[in-house]
Amino acid sequence: MRVASNTDFGPAWKGGDKPFAASYGKLMMWFFLITDALTFSGFLAAYGFSRFKYEQSWPVPDEVFTHFPFIKGEFPLFFVALMTFILIMSSVTMVLAVNYGHKMKKKQVILWLSLTIIGGITFLGSQAWEWGHFIHGDKGAIITDEKEIIHLVNDEKEISSVYKFMGVDSYSKDRFSQMNYEQFVEKFKSQNKYKLKSSKKVVLDHNDAVTLLESKGKDFVLGANLVNNEYGHALFADYFFFITGFHGFHVFSGVVLLIILLINVIANTYERRGHYEMVEKIGLYWHFVDLVWVFVFTFFYLV
Amino acid sequence: MSSKSNNNWWIWKVFWILLIVTAVEVVLGIIKPQYLVETKLLGTILLNHVFIILTIIKAAYIVMVFMHLGDERPALQWTIILPAIILIPYLLFILLTEGGYTHFMRI
Repeated sequence: MRVASNTDFGPAWKGGDKPFAASYGKLMMWFFLITDALTFSGFLAAYGFSRFKYEQSWPVPDEVFTHFPFIKGEFPLFFVALMTFILIMSSVTMVLAVNYGHKMKKKQVILWLSLTIIGGITFLGSQAWEWGHFIHGDKGAIITDEKEIIHLVNDEKEISSVYKFMGVDSYSKDRFSQMNYEQFVEKFKSQNKYKLKSSKKVVLDHNDAVTLLESKGKDFVLGANLVNNEYGHALFADYFFFITGFHGFHVFSGVVLLIILLINVIANTYERRGHYEMVEKIGLYWHFVDLVWVFVFTFFYLV
Repeated sequence: MSSKSNNNWWIWKVFWILLIVTAVEVVLGIIKPQYLVETKLLGTILLNHVFIILTIIKAAYIVMVFMHLGDERPALQWTIILPAIILIPYLLFILLTEGGYTHFMRI
Protein backbone atom coordinates (compact mmCIF):
# COMPACT_ATOMS: atom_id res chain seq x y z
CA MET A 1 0.00 0.00 0.00
CA ARG A 2 1.34 3.39 -0.97
CA VAL A 3 1.19 6.18 1.59
CA ALA A 4 1.01 9.69 0.20
CA SER A 5 4.08 11.72 1.06
CA ASN A 6 3.47 14.90 3.02
CA THR A 7 5.85 16.90 0.96
CA ASP A 8 4.71 15.81 -2.49
CA PHE A 9 2.24 18.56 -3.36
CA GLY A 10 3.64 19.48 -6.73
CA PRO A 11 2.36 22.70 -8.25
CA ALA A 12 -0.60 23.95 -6.17
CA TRP A 13 -2.83 24.62 -9.16
CA LYS A 14 -3.11 21.82 -11.72
CA GLY A 15 -6.22 22.97 -13.54
CA GLY A 16 -4.49 24.79 -16.40
CA ASP A 17 -5.58 28.40 -16.83
CA LYS A 18 -5.67 30.30 -13.52
CA PRO A 19 -9.24 31.60 -13.03
CA PHE A 20 -8.21 34.56 -10.86
CA ALA A 21 -4.81 35.24 -12.46
CA ALA A 22 -3.48 36.05 -8.98
CA SER A 23 -0.86 34.31 -6.89
CA TYR A 24 -1.67 32.08 -3.92
CA GLY A 25 -0.28 34.55 -1.39
CA LYS A 26 -2.24 37.47 -2.75
CA LEU A 27 -5.49 35.49 -2.80
CA MET A 28 -5.00 34.38 0.80
CA MET A 29 -4.31 37.98 1.85
CA TRP A 30 -7.58 39.03 0.19
CA PHE A 31 -9.52 36.23 1.89
CA PHE A 32 -8.01 37.17 5.26
CA LEU A 33 -8.99 40.79 4.67
CA ILE A 34 -12.61 39.79 3.91
CA THR A 35 -12.87 37.95 7.23
CA ASP A 36 -11.22 40.86 9.03
CA ALA A 37 -13.62 43.31 7.34
CA LEU A 38 -16.54 41.22 8.61
CA THR A 39 -15.05 41.21 12.12
CA PHE A 40 -14.81 45.01 12.16
CA SER A 41 -18.34 45.23 10.71
CA GLY A 42 -19.52 43.10 13.62
CA PHE A 43 -17.89 45.48 16.11
CA LEU A 44 -19.26 48.61 14.47
CA ALA A 45 -22.73 47.05 14.08
CA ALA A 46 -22.66 46.16 17.81
CA TYR A 47 -21.73 49.79 18.52
CA GLY A 48 -24.72 50.83 16.41
CA PHE A 49 -26.98 48.45 18.34
CA SER A 50 -25.98 49.92 21.71
CA ARG A 51 -26.19 53.44 20.41
CA PHE A 52 -29.74 52.93 19.15
CA LYS A 53 -30.66 51.16 22.38
CA TYR A 54 -29.28 53.90 24.67
CA GLU A 55 -29.94 56.72 22.24
CA GLN A 56 -30.77 59.32 24.90
CA SER A 57 -27.79 58.83 27.21
CA TRP A 58 -25.18 58.35 24.45
CA PRO A 59 -22.54 61.12 24.38
CA VAL A 60 -22.31 63.51 21.44
CA PRO A 61 -18.92 62.67 19.88
CA ASP A 62 -17.88 66.21 19.02
CA GLU A 63 -18.41 67.22 22.65
CA VAL A 64 -16.02 64.43 23.71
CA PHE A 65 -13.12 64.76 21.30
CA THR A 66 -12.48 68.48 21.31
CA HIS A 67 -8.81 68.93 22.06
CA PHE A 68 -5.67 69.41 20.04
CA PRO A 69 -2.15 68.88 21.38
CA PHE A 70 -0.32 72.01 22.62
CA ILE A 71 -3.27 74.31 21.93
CA LYS A 72 -5.78 75.43 24.54
CA GLY A 73 -9.44 75.72 23.69
CA GLU A 74 -11.89 73.50 21.90
CA PHE A 75 -11.41 72.27 18.35
CA PRO A 76 -13.87 69.46 17.70
CA LEU A 77 -12.81 66.91 15.05
CA PHE A 78 -9.53 68.61 14.11
CA PHE A 79 -7.24 66.10 15.76
CA VAL A 80 -8.97 63.01 14.35
CA ALA A 81 -9.07 64.70 10.97
CA LEU A 82 -5.30 65.10 11.26
CA MET A 83 -4.97 61.40 12.22
CA THR A 84 -7.06 60.48 9.16
CA PHE A 85 -4.80 62.63 7.01
CA ILE A 86 -1.69 60.91 8.42
CA LEU A 87 -3.11 57.47 7.64
CA ILE A 88 -4.23 58.45 4.11
CA MET A 89 -0.78 59.93 3.53
CA SER A 90 0.88 56.69 4.64
CA SER A 91 -1.43 54.82 2.28
CA VAL A 92 -0.18 57.01 -0.57
CA THR A 93 3.46 56.33 0.27
CA MET A 94 2.60 52.60 0.42
CA VAL A 95 1.08 52.66 -3.10
CA LEU A 96 4.20 54.44 -4.32
CA ALA A 97 6.38 51.71 -2.73
CA VAL A 98 4.27 49.00 -4.43
CA ASN A 99 4.48 50.89 -7.71
CA TYR A 100 8.29 51.16 -7.59
CA GLY A 101 8.39 47.50 -6.53
CA HIS A 102 6.73 46.57 -9.84
CA LYS A 103 9.54 48.43 -11.60
CA MET A 104 12.20 46.71 -9.43
CA LYS A 105 13.55 50.05 -8.18
CA LYS A 106 15.03 49.03 -4.84
CA LYS A 107 16.12 52.48 -3.64
CA GLN A 108 12.70 54.03 -4.28
CA VAL A 109 11.00 51.11 -2.51
CA ILE A 110 13.23 51.67 0.54
CA LEU A 111 12.46 55.41 0.55
CA TRP A 112 8.67 55.06 0.33
CA LEU A 113 8.50 52.08 2.72
CA SER A 114 10.45 54.08 5.32
CA LEU A 115 8.04 57.00 4.96
CA THR A 116 5.10 54.59 5.35
CA ILE A 117 6.61 53.26 8.59
CA ILE A 118 7.06 56.82 9.88
CA GLY A 119 3.41 57.55 9.01
CA GLY A 120 2.28 54.42 10.86
CA ILE A 121 4.29 55.26 13.97
CA THR A 122 3.03 58.87 13.91
CA PHE A 123 -0.53 57.57 13.75
CA LEU A 124 0.08 55.24 16.72
CA GLY A 125 1.55 58.12 18.70
CA SER A 126 -1.48 60.28 17.91
CA GLN A 127 -3.76 57.50 19.03
CA ALA A 128 -1.85 57.18 22.30
CA TRP A 129 -2.35 60.93 22.86
CA GLU A 130 -6.04 60.57 22.05
CA TRP A 131 -6.40 57.66 24.49
CA GLY A 132 -4.45 59.50 27.18
CA HIS A 133 -6.71 62.50 26.86
CA PHE A 134 -9.85 60.35 26.81
CA ILE A 135 -8.76 58.44 29.94
CA HIS A 136 -7.72 61.56 31.83
CA GLY A 137 -11.00 63.23 30.97
CA ASP A 138 -11.85 66.86 30.52
CA LYS A 139 -14.62 68.43 32.58
CA GLY A 140 -15.69 65.59 34.86
CA ALA A 141 -19.22 64.56 35.79
CA ILE A 142 -21.36 63.21 38.62
CA ILE A 143 -22.71 59.68 38.81
CA THR A 144 -25.92 58.63 40.55
CA ASP A 145 -26.89 55.41 42.33
CA GLU A 146 -28.57 54.35 39.08
CA LYS A 147 -25.29 54.85 37.18
CA GLU A 148 -26.59 57.89 35.34
CA ILE A 149 -23.98 60.43 34.27
CA ILE A 150 -24.92 64.01 35.15
CA HIS A 151 -23.06 67.08 33.92
CA LEU A 152 -22.59 70.45 35.58
CA VAL A 153 -23.85 73.27 33.36
CA ASN A 154 -23.65 77.05 33.64
CA ASP A 155 -26.18 79.79 32.82
CA GLU A 156 -25.81 79.26 29.10
CA LYS A 157 -26.47 75.54 29.48
CA GLU A 158 -22.91 74.74 28.42
CA ILE A 159 -21.16 71.91 30.25
CA SER A 160 -18.79 73.35 32.88
CA SER A 161 -15.78 71.74 34.46
CA VAL A 162 -16.32 70.30 37.95
CA TYR A 163 -12.60 70.91 38.59
CA LYS A 164 -12.96 74.65 37.95
CA PHE A 165 -16.09 74.69 40.10
CA MET A 166 -14.11 73.14 42.96
CA GLY A 167 -11.00 75.20 42.26
CA VAL A 168 -8.86 72.11 41.67
CA ASP A 169 -6.15 71.80 39.01
CA SER A 170 -7.29 68.89 36.82
CA TYR A 171 -3.67 68.02 36.00
CA SER A 172 -2.39 67.86 39.58
CA LYS A 173 -1.32 64.41 40.71
CA ASP A 174 -3.56 64.23 43.75
CA ARG A 175 -6.63 65.51 41.91
CA PHE A 176 -8.72 62.56 43.09
CA SER A 177 -8.10 63.24 46.78
CA GLN A 178 -8.69 66.98 46.32
CA MET A 179 -12.14 66.41 44.85
CA ASN A 180 -14.54 65.98 47.76
CA TYR A 181 -18.09 65.12 46.74
CA GLU A 182 -19.79 66.36 49.97
CA GLN A 183 -18.04 69.72 49.57
CA PHE A 184 -19.23 69.84 45.97
CA VAL A 185 -22.88 69.35 46.99
CA GLU A 186 -22.60 72.09 49.66
CA LYS A 187 -20.97 74.50 47.23
CA PHE A 188 -23.52 73.70 44.51
CA LYS A 189 -26.42 74.55 46.86
CA SER A 190 -25.01 78.04 47.37
CA GLN A 191 -24.36 78.81 43.69
CA ASN A 192 -27.68 79.48 42.01
CA LYS A 193 -26.33 80.12 38.54
CA TYR A 194 -25.20 76.52 38.14
CA LYS A 195 -27.56 73.80 36.95
CA LEU A 196 -27.30 70.13 36.09
CA LYS A 197 -27.85 68.29 32.82
CA SER A 198 -29.31 64.81 33.26
CA SER A 199 -28.08 61.73 31.39
CA LYS A 200 -31.03 62.19 29.03
CA LYS A 201 -29.64 65.68 28.21
CA VAL A 202 -32.41 67.57 30.00
CA VAL A 203 -31.28 70.69 31.90
CA LEU A 204 -32.72 70.72 35.45
CA ASP A 205 -33.19 74.05 37.19
CA HIS A 206 -31.22 74.72 40.35
CA ASN A 207 -33.74 73.44 42.93
CA ASP A 208 -34.45 70.19 41.05
CA ALA A 209 -30.72 69.74 40.67
CA VAL A 210 -30.15 70.04 44.43
CA THR A 211 -32.93 67.49 45.05
CA LEU A 212 -31.35 65.10 42.56
CA LEU A 213 -27.89 65.48 44.13
CA GLU A 214 -29.25 64.82 47.63
CA SER A 215 -31.49 61.88 46.72
CA LYS A 216 -29.48 60.00 44.11
CA GLY A 217 -26.07 61.66 43.70
CA LYS A 218 -23.16 59.42 44.59
CA ASP A 219 -19.73 60.61 43.47
CA PHE A 220 -17.66 62.27 40.77
CA VAL A 221 -16.66 60.48 37.61
CA LEU A 222 -13.31 61.87 36.45
CA GLY A 223 -12.08 60.57 33.14
CA ALA A 224 -12.85 57.21 31.59
CA ASN A 225 -12.26 53.55 32.24
CA LEU A 226 -14.07 50.31 31.42
CA VAL A 227 -16.50 50.65 34.35
CA ASN A 228 -17.71 54.20 33.83
CA ASN A 229 -16.81 57.41 32.06
CA GLU A 230 -17.60 61.09 32.42
CA TYR A 231 -18.92 61.44 28.87
CA GLY A 232 -22.10 59.39 29.11
CA HIS A 233 -23.22 55.80 28.94
CA ALA A 234 -20.58 53.34 30.22
CA LEU A 235 -20.69 51.30 26.99
CA PHE A 236 -19.44 54.31 25.02
CA ALA A 237 -15.96 54.10 26.54
CA ASP A 238 -15.97 50.29 26.33
CA TYR A 239 -16.61 50.40 22.58
CA PHE A 240 -14.14 53.24 22.16
CA PHE A 241 -11.32 51.32 23.84
CA PHE A 242 -12.19 48.05 22.13
CA ILE A 243 -12.71 49.21 18.55
CA THR A 244 -10.00 51.89 18.32
CA GLY A 245 -7.72 49.56 20.31
CA PHE A 246 -8.32 46.69 17.92
CA HIS A 247 -7.67 49.00 15.00
CA GLY A 248 -4.56 50.38 16.69
CA PHE A 249 -3.32 46.83 17.17
CA HIS A 250 -3.79 46.28 13.43
CA VAL A 251 -1.72 49.41 12.75
CA PHE A 252 0.95 48.17 15.16
CA SER A 253 1.04 44.75 13.42
CA GLY A 254 1.24 46.55 10.09
CA VAL A 255 4.23 48.60 11.26
CA VAL A 256 5.98 45.40 12.43
CA LEU A 257 5.30 43.73 9.06
CA LEU A 258 6.56 46.82 7.22
CA ILE A 259 9.78 46.87 9.26
CA ILE A 260 10.41 43.18 8.45
CA LEU A 261 9.63 43.95 4.81
CA LEU A 262 12.04 46.89 4.79
CA ILE A 263 14.83 44.73 6.24
CA ASN A 264 14.19 42.13 3.52
CA VAL A 265 14.22 44.77 0.80
CA ILE A 266 17.53 46.14 2.08
CA ALA A 267 18.91 42.57 2.30
CA ASN A 268 18.11 42.07 -1.43
CA THR A 269 15.67 39.21 -0.71
CA TYR A 270 13.24 40.33 -3.40
CA GLU A 271 15.98 41.16 -5.92
CA ARG A 272 17.06 37.51 -5.66
CA ARG A 273 13.44 36.32 -5.83
CA GLY A 274 12.98 38.35 -9.00
CA HIS A 275 9.82 40.16 -7.90
CA TYR A 276 8.55 42.48 -5.15
CA GLU A 277 5.18 40.79 -4.65
CA MET A 278 5.65 40.75 -0.87
CA VAL A 279 5.51 44.58 -0.92
CA GLU A 280 2.18 44.28 -2.72
CA LYS A 281 0.76 41.75 -0.23
CA ILE A 282 1.72 43.74 2.85
CA GLY A 283 0.53 46.84 0.98
CA LEU A 284 -2.92 45.22 0.73
CA TYR A 285 -2.95 44.79 4.51
CA TRP A 286 -1.80 48.37 5.09
CA HIS A 287 -4.50 49.82 2.84
CA PHE A 288 -7.05 47.70 4.65
CA VAL A 289 -6.00 49.26 7.95
CA ASP A 290 -6.55 52.69 6.36
CA LEU A 291 -9.93 51.49 5.05
CA VAL A 292 -11.04 50.41 8.53
CA TRP A 293 -9.99 53.78 9.97
CA VAL A 294 -12.14 55.56 7.38
CA PHE A 295 -15.14 53.71 8.83
CA VAL A 296 -14.08 54.12 12.49
CA PHE A 297 -13.63 57.86 11.84
CA THR A 298 -17.17 58.10 10.45
CA PHE A 299 -18.94 56.00 13.06
CA PHE A 300 -17.07 57.13 16.16
CA TYR A 301 -16.45 60.78 15.46
CA LEU A 302 -18.88 62.04 12.83
CA VAL A 303 -22.18 60.16 13.10
CA MET B 1 -1.54 48.38 -15.70
CA SER B 2 1.19 49.07 -18.21
CA SER B 3 -0.07 52.56 -19.01
CA LYS B 4 -0.47 53.24 -15.28
CA SER B 5 2.98 52.13 -14.20
CA ASN B 6 4.73 54.81 -16.25
CA ASN B 7 3.84 57.60 -13.84
CA ASN B 8 2.18 58.25 -10.51
CA TRP B 9 -0.42 60.89 -11.30
CA TRP B 10 -3.31 58.48 -10.58
CA ILE B 11 -2.02 57.94 -7.02
CA TRP B 12 -2.00 61.65 -6.30
CA LYS B 13 -5.42 62.06 -7.95
CA VAL B 14 -6.90 59.56 -5.48
CA PHE B 15 -4.99 61.23 -2.64
CA TRP B 16 -6.66 64.57 -3.40
CA ILE B 17 -10.08 62.93 -3.71
CA LEU B 18 -9.68 61.25 -0.29
CA LEU B 19 -8.38 64.47 1.26
CA ILE B 20 -11.17 66.65 -0.14
CA VAL B 21 -13.90 64.17 0.84
CA THR B 22 -12.46 64.00 4.39
CA ALA B 23 -12.31 67.82 4.54
CA VAL B 24 -15.95 68.03 3.41
CA GLU B 25 -16.90 65.54 6.15
CA VAL B 26 -15.09 67.55 8.83
CA VAL B 27 -16.64 70.84 7.67
CA LEU B 28 -20.13 69.29 7.66
CA GLY B 29 -19.42 67.80 11.11
CA ILE B 30 -18.52 71.23 12.48
CA ILE B 31 -21.14 73.48 10.88
CA LYS B 32 -23.95 70.85 10.93
CA PRO B 33 -26.28 72.39 8.30
CA GLN B 34 -29.72 72.85 9.83
CA TYR B 35 -31.63 71.18 6.99
CA LEU B 36 -29.49 68.03 7.15
CA VAL B 37 -29.81 67.80 10.96
CA GLU B 38 -33.58 68.36 11.08
CA THR B 39 -34.55 65.97 8.30
CA LYS B 40 -34.88 62.36 9.44
CA LEU B 41 -34.64 59.29 7.24
CA LEU B 42 -34.60 55.62 8.28
CA GLY B 43 -34.22 56.36 11.99
CA THR B 44 -31.35 58.83 11.76
CA ILE B 45 -30.67 62.37 10.55
CA LEU B 46 -29.95 63.07 6.89
CA LEU B 47 -26.46 64.34 7.77
CA ASN B 48 -25.50 60.84 8.92
CA HIS B 49 -26.60 59.42 5.57
CA VAL B 50 -24.40 62.01 3.85
CA PHE B 51 -21.45 60.91 6.04
CA ILE B 52 -22.05 57.24 5.23
CA ILE B 53 -22.27 57.88 1.47
CA LEU B 54 -19.05 59.94 1.53
CA THR B 55 -17.35 57.17 3.55
CA ILE B 56 -18.39 54.52 1.03
CA ILE B 57 -17.00 56.70 -1.77
CA LYS B 58 -13.65 56.90 0.07
CA ALA B 59 -13.72 53.14 0.74
CA ALA B 60 -14.39 52.44 -2.95
CA TYR B 61 -11.39 54.54 -4.03
CA ILE B 62 -9.09 52.85 -1.51
CA VAL B 63 -10.19 49.33 -2.48
CA MET B 64 -10.44 49.79 -6.25
CA VAL B 65 -7.36 51.98 -6.84
CA PHE B 66 -4.94 51.71 -3.89
CA MET B 67 -5.55 47.98 -3.42
CA HIS B 68 -5.67 47.51 -7.22
CA LEU B 69 -8.91 45.52 -7.04
CA GLY B 70 -10.03 47.41 -10.15
CA ASP B 71 -7.17 45.76 -12.06
CA GLU B 72 -8.07 42.23 -10.99
CA ARG B 73 -10.28 39.87 -12.98
CA PRO B 74 -14.07 40.38 -12.48
CA ALA B 75 -14.36 36.89 -10.92
CA LEU B 76 -11.92 37.89 -8.16
CA GLN B 77 -13.53 41.33 -7.76
CA TRP B 78 -16.95 39.76 -7.14
CA THR B 79 -15.51 37.07 -4.85
CA ILE B 80 -14.26 39.86 -2.58
CA ILE B 81 -17.06 42.39 -2.94
CA LEU B 82 -20.15 40.15 -2.81
CA PRO B 83 -19.71 38.70 0.73
CA ALA B 84 -19.16 42.22 2.05
CA ILE B 85 -22.12 43.88 0.32
CA ILE B 86 -24.49 41.02 1.21
CA LEU B 87 -23.43 40.19 4.78
CA ILE B 88 -22.62 43.66 6.17
CA PRO B 89 -25.93 45.38 5.27
CA TYR B 90 -27.78 42.27 6.52
CA LEU B 91 -25.94 42.37 9.86
CA LEU B 92 -26.50 46.12 10.17
CA PHE B 93 -30.19 45.77 9.34
CA ILE B 94 -30.72 43.16 12.07
CA LEU B 95 -28.67 44.84 14.80
CA LEU B 96 -29.86 48.40 14.19
CA THR B 97 -33.51 47.34 13.95
CA GLU B 98 -33.21 45.36 17.18
CA GLY B 99 -31.32 48.22 18.85
CA GLY B 100 -34.19 50.58 18.00
CA TYR B 101 -36.71 47.99 19.21
CA THR B 102 -35.02 47.38 22.57
CA HIS B 103 -34.85 51.15 23.05
CA PHE B 104 -38.54 51.43 22.24
CA MET B 105 -39.48 48.57 24.61
CA ARG B 106 -37.06 49.85 27.35
CA ILE B 107 -35.66 46.35 27.77
